[in-house]
Amino acid sequence: MADITTQMNTTKQMQAGFSRSQVSLAFVAIAVVLTIAQYAGLLPAALFRLPESMIPPFAIWLDAIFTFVKDDLGLLAVTRWLTGGLQWLLDVTANLLFGKRRWPNIGPIPWTSIAAVAGVIGYYLGGWRMALLGAGVFTWTALIGQWKIAMETMSVLVVAAPLAFVIGLTLGILAWKKPWLDRALKPILSVLQTLPFFTYLLPAVIFFKVGPTAGAVATTIYAIPPMILMTTLGLQKVSPEVVEAGNMSGCTKWQLLRHVYIPSARTEILVGVNQVIMLCLAMVVLTAFIGMPGLGAKLLAMMGSFKLGRSFEIGVTIVLLAVMLDRMSKAWVVKQPEHFEKGTPWWKKHAMLLLGIVLFVLFILVSKVIPEAQTLGRTQNFSQGKEIDNLIKGFLNIDIVKSTTGFLRAFLNVQILIPFRNFLLSIPTPAFILLITAFSLWLGGQRQAVLAAVFFSLVALSGWWDRSVITLYSVISAVALASLIGLPIAIAAARSPKWSERVLLICDTAQTFPSFVYLIPAIMLFGITDIAVIFSILIFAMVPLVRYTIEGLRGVPSEMTEAADMAGATRLQKLRSVQLPLALPVMAIGFNQAIMFAFFMVIIAAFIGTQDLGQELQRTLAGTDMGKNFVLGLCVSLMALTFDMTLLKWANDRKKALGLES
Amino acid sequence: MTTDTVISCKNVWKIFGADPAGYLANMPEGHSFDAIRADGYIAGVKDVSIEVSRGEMLVIMGLSGSGKSTLVRCFSRLHDITGGTIEVEGQDIMSLSEKELIELRRNKMGMVFQSFGLLPHRTVLDNVAFPLEMRGQDKHTRRARALEVVKLVGLEGREDYFPRELSGGQQQRVGIARSLAIEPDIWFLDEPFSALDPLIRREMQDEFLRLQDMLGKTIVFITHDFDEALRLADRIAIMKDGAVEQCDTPDQIVLNPATEYVRKFTEDIDKARVVHASVLANKDVTGTGDPVDGKASVQDLARLLVQDTREIIPVEANGKLIGAMKRNDALEVLLGTS
Repeated sequence: MADITTQMNTTKQMQAGFSRSQVSLAFVAIAVVLTIAQYAGLLPAALFRLPESMIPPFAIWLDAIFTFVKDDLGLLAVTRWLTGGLQWLLDVTANLLFGKRRWPNIGPIPWTSIAAVAGVIGYYLGGWRMALLGAGVFTWTALIGQWKIAMETMSVLVVAAPLAFVIGLTLGILAWKKPWLDRALKPILSVLQTLPFFTYLLPAVIFFKVGPTAGAVATTIYAIPPMILMTTLGLQKVSPEVVEAGNMSGCTKWQLLRHVYIPSARTEILVGVNQVIMLCLAMVVLTAFIGMPGLGAKLLAMMGSFKLGRSFEIGVTIVLLAVMLDRMSKAWVVKQPEHFEKGTPWWKKHAMLLLGIVLFVLFILVSKVIPEAQTLGRTQNFSQGKEIDNLIKGFLNIDIVKSTTGFLRAFLNVQILIPFRNFLLSIPTPAFILLITAFSLWLGGQRQAVLAAVFFSLVALSGWWDRSVITLYSVISAVALASLIGLPIAIAAARSPKWSERVLLICDTAQTFPSFVYLIPAIMLFGITDIAVIFSILIFAMVPLVRYTIEGLRGVPSEMTEAADMAGATRLQKLRSVQLPLALPVMAIGFNQAIMFAFFMVIIAAFIGTQDLGQELQRTLAGTDMGKNFVLGLCVSLMALTFDMTLLKWANDRKKALGLES
Repeated sequence: MTTDTVISCKNVWKIFGADPAGYLANMPEGHSFDAIRADGYIAGVKDVSIEVSRGEMLVIMGLSGSGKSTLVRCFSRLHDITGGTIEVEGQDIMSLSEKELIELRRNKMGMVFQSFGLLPHRTVLDNVAFPLEMRGQDKHTRRARALEVVKLVGLEGREDYFPRELSGGQQQRVGIARSLAIEPDIWFLDEPFSALDPLIRREMQDEFLRLQDMLGKTIVFITHDFDEALRLADRIAIMKDGAVEQCDTPDQIVLNPATEYVRKFTEDIDKARVVHASVLANKDVTGTGDPVDGKASVQDLARLLVQDTREIIPVEANGKLIGAMKRNDALEVLLGTS
C-alpha cells in the first residue's frame, strides 16, 4: 500500500532546530486561534471557506480530458471493441449458469450438478466438512429460491476473477522484473485501493455499456491491485538458493521463471487468488448500483422497500457464498501435493476428477427425468421472507429493544454526533488543514506532513469541502465508537488463547463478508437514519480493529510478559506497561485498516441517505458526469491516503524503535 | 602445482556496492577490508588467486561472512566478478555469452547448497531430473538417469516423495543426486552438511567420501567446520574478510600456520590426527629397522612411537622408502608441545 512512505529515510530534525512535536503544537495553536476568531466573528469569510470564485473548475477540465481521450484518441472505440469479446464470454457463462438465450444454448446446468461438483471440489481441498459446505451452500441457494439471481452474480464472477488473476499476475511479474515499473505502479496502486468503488463504476459504464460487461470490467479492475502486490511479494521471497540451484541446472530465463520462480511463489500467488475472489465477490454485489442484475440488485431492491425478511435471506446467501469461496481458496493455499505409492492405477490417482465428472453427468441425466433437480419453480422454494420479516419487526417492537434503539437514536445522534459534526463544520478550512498537518507531522514526519497539507488543500480546492468534512466526520465517529467497543473486547479476548482463537475466527469470517451485507443489520435496527450509517461503518471497521489488537497482544514475546510477572506486576500493570506498548505498532495497523474500511463503507452507506461525498458520487452514476465523479472520488482517496501513510509510517517507526521485525 | 589445472583464478575481486567497477578502478593499492567498508562498499572477495587441479578436493574454510560462498559463486559465475580473471578448463568465464554459460553449467558443473535449494513442488525424481529436463533430454532417458543417481545416493523407494516429506539428511541426498545427474566434471558444495545435526553430518561425510572415491571429481567444498575440512580436504584455503589467508595441505596448515589468524584456528585441533608420517619424513635421513606407512597419522602410530626406542624411524609410501622421521618430532606432535 503506502510502501512509498516506508522507504523514506528516517525523519530528520526540523531545520530550525524545533522538534516535531513543538512544531505540531504550534500548528494546533494557530488552528485554535483561527477557530476562536471564527466564533467571535472576526475571521474574514474568505479565510473560513474558500470563495466559490477561487475554486478551479477541475470537473470541467477532467471532462475535457476524458472527452479527448474517449473520442479524439479513440479509446471508446477500443473499449467498445473489447466489450465485444467480453460480452461473448459473459453470454457463454450466462447461458451455462442461468440459461440466457445465447450461444452455446445448452444451459442452464442443473443446480444439482453444480452442487455435486462443488461438493467434490470441497472434498478434494478440505475433506468432508468442506464438501458439506460446498454442496450445502448451493443447495441452500436453490432451496431458498435465489438460484437464478445467484447465478447471475456468479456468471460475472467466473469471468472477472480469472481475468483479474491473469492481468494481476502478468503485471506482478513485470513489476518484479522491471524496478521502474514497480516504482510507477506503487503510487497508482495505493490510490486505486483507496478510491471509492463508485469511481470504478462510472468509467466502466461509459466505456463498456451498462450491464454485465461494465460490471465485469469494474469488478476486474477493482480486484487487480492485491494480485499484483502478492505476485511481486511472492517472487521476491523465493529463496536465493533455489534460484541459484535453477541457474546451476542451466535454466534459461524463461525456464527459471516458469519452473523455479512461479512454483516457488505458489503460496503467495494463491493468497492473491483468494483476495481476488473475495474482492470480486464484494464488488460484483455492488455493481447493483449500475443496474447489474443479481444478488446485489435484489438486495438493493428489497432493502429499498424495507422487506427485511427477504433482505436477510439474500444477505445469508451472499455471506454463505463468501465463506465458501474464502474457505475453499484458502484450503487450496495450504493444499500440498501428496505422492502415490508405486503402482497406483491411474483411475485411483485421478479419483476426484472422475467422481466429479460422473456426478455432474449423473445429475444432468437425473434432471431430465425429475424437473426439480433442474430448476426449482417459484412456488417450490422454502423462502420464509414474510415470516422472518414479521419476526424481525416483532423483535424490534419489543419494548426494551425499541427503547434502546430509540434512546441511541435520540441521545447519540442529538447529543453527540450532530454537535460533533457541526463543530467540525465550524472549523475554518485553513485551521482544519493545519490540524491534519500537525497530526501527520507528529505521528509521521516531515514528508507525511507536507503530503497531508497538499492533499487536504486539494480537497479544499475541489469545492466539495463541506461534504468532505461530513464524510470525515462519519469516519472519525464510527472508528472512535468502534474503538470504544472493540478494544475492550479484544483486550479481554487476548487474555486466553481459547477466546483469542474464537474471536479471531469470527473476525476472519466477518472480514470475508461483502461490505454490502453490513447495511442489513444497520437498517434493521435503526431504519434509514444517520445512526444506521454510523452503525454499519462501525461494525465493518471493528473487525480489523479487534483482529489486530488481539494479534498484537498475543504477539508480545512470552519472555517479556514472564519478566513482568516475575517483577510482580499486577494484570493491569502488565497490560499497561508491557503488553500495550509492545502491541501498539500492530494495533496501529489495525486502526489504519479500520479507517480505510470506514472510508469504503461510508460511500456505500450513501444508499441509506447521507449528505456526504458518497451521496454526490451516487448521483453522478445516473448521468455521464465523469469529471465530477473523479473529483469526488479523488477527494475520498486523498483523505484516506493521508491517514494511511501517516499511520503506517508511525507503525513502522515504532516497530524499528522497539527492535521488532518491520 | 600440477599441469592439469581445472579452475584458475588470478587476482579476483568481488565488490558489492553502488558502482563496484568504478570504485575498484580508483581504489588505492592495499586498501584494507575495513577501509573499503568505510567507503560504503563490501569486499566479498579480495584479491584472491587460487588454482584447483583435476581430481583435487579443495576445501574453502572460513567463518560466516568471510567470503567463501561468494568466491565459489564467482567460480560458477552466479556472481559476476569485479576484477581479475577466472578460467575454467582454460576458458575465461567472464567472456562467455549467456548461452555459452548455460551450456557450461548444463554439462560441466554441479552444485549442492546449504539449505538444499530443492523445488518444493517436484518429487524427488523430478528434482533430480530437473537439470536434465532443462537441457532438453527426453522423458525416458532422464528418468532412467535420475533413477540411477537416486539409487547412488541411497534414496531408492522414495522417488515419488516430495521434499517436505523427507528428513534434512535425505533432502540433502536429493540435492547431491541432482548435482550429479548431469555427470559434472566440477562439483561445488556450499556447506552441504552445515544444516544437518552432528550425527547425520558424520554419516553424510562418510557417504560423500565413498562417492568421491567412486567418481573422482574435481571438488570445491565450502565449510565453516575445521574438523570437516581436515577430514575431507586435499588442500585447505582459509579465508578471512574476503582474502585467502593460507592455502595448503592440512598437515602444513597445522604444522606451519602462515598467519596469526590461522594459528588461532588450529590451536584446539588435535594435531596428531592431522599430521601424517610422510610430512615429518626427511628424505636426506635414513633410519634403521621396519619402516612405518607414510599415510598413517601420528595418532595411528602413537603406541609405536611411545614403545619404540629408535631415534630415527624410516617412512615408506606405496612400499618405497621416502626417508625417515625423528621420533622426537612425532612425539612432540602427539603430546601437543610443538
